Amino acid sequence: MDSARRTFIRNAGNASVIALLAANGFLRPEHARADLWNEPAFNATSLEDALARVVDGPLVDSSEVTIVAPDIAENGAVVPVGVIAAMSGVESIAILCEKNPHPLAAVYDIPAGTLADVKTRVKMAGTSNVVVLVKAEGTFHMASREIKVTRGGCGG
Amino acid sequence: MAKPMKVRARSKGEVTDVRVLMRHDMESGQRKNQDGDVIPAHYIQNVTIRHGQRVVLFAQWGPAVSKNPFLGFKFLGAVAGDRIEVTWVDNKGDSRTDETIIT
Repeated sequence: MDSARRTFIRNAGNASVIALLAANGFLRPEHARADLWNEPAFNATSLEDALARVVDGPLVDSSEVTIVAPDIAENGAVVPVGVIAAMSGVESIAILCEKNPHPLAAVYDIPAGTLADVKTRVKMAGTSNVVVLVKAEGTFHMASREIKVTRGGCGG
Repeated sequence: MAKPMKVRARSKGEVTDVRVLMRHDMESGQRKNQDGDVIPAHYIQNVTIRHGQRVVLFAQWGPAVSKNPFLGFKFLGAVAGDRIEVTWVDNKGDSRTDETIIT
């Protein structure tokens, strides 16, 4: 696929630049990791664009993904969102808030030996669907759930 | 400038439950100050959690993660007394590492 080629080229470029900077002492290992940030996906301003920039495999709706969150959040600045996925072979979990200016909130890599069970707190601009993507064995499993927000968390 | 995190890791059977509370403004870049100027975005972009040399969780975050972020997760293969290390890096290149011993 074309995107695989682009990913390869991008990674190849990044790896050599990072190696060079690290060799010159400009970067500590933590900083090299900051390069592993999916900038196009985080910059997306619509749910469709964000999904398109995260999903690079088959996409299916899933009942095996549970979103643990309140039905109503009083304070949109602090909405607890947990994700539990029942399938095996989970590689990553992404959390998106549909109505946010930038829908993608978080992506977690789940290495072997780590459970598909993560919790975070996110800001929500208003009542919105929270969409979760769980990548397992190359397939993206999607679930969504509406959370009502009585006070938005982006205007401050 | 970066303030210390609270890291807690508890072993129960085979599972270690990790909870991290970070201290960071997580400024979204969407807010304006009293003069109407946009407050520049300032937020954690990456969190790496290690058990010894092994990375047990790697996170990419956008500005939609709440101020003073909370992160909870579970992993296998550790026992009480092992060390857990948490590192975050923000979009300005600031970083902070804290560690704890699994209880």
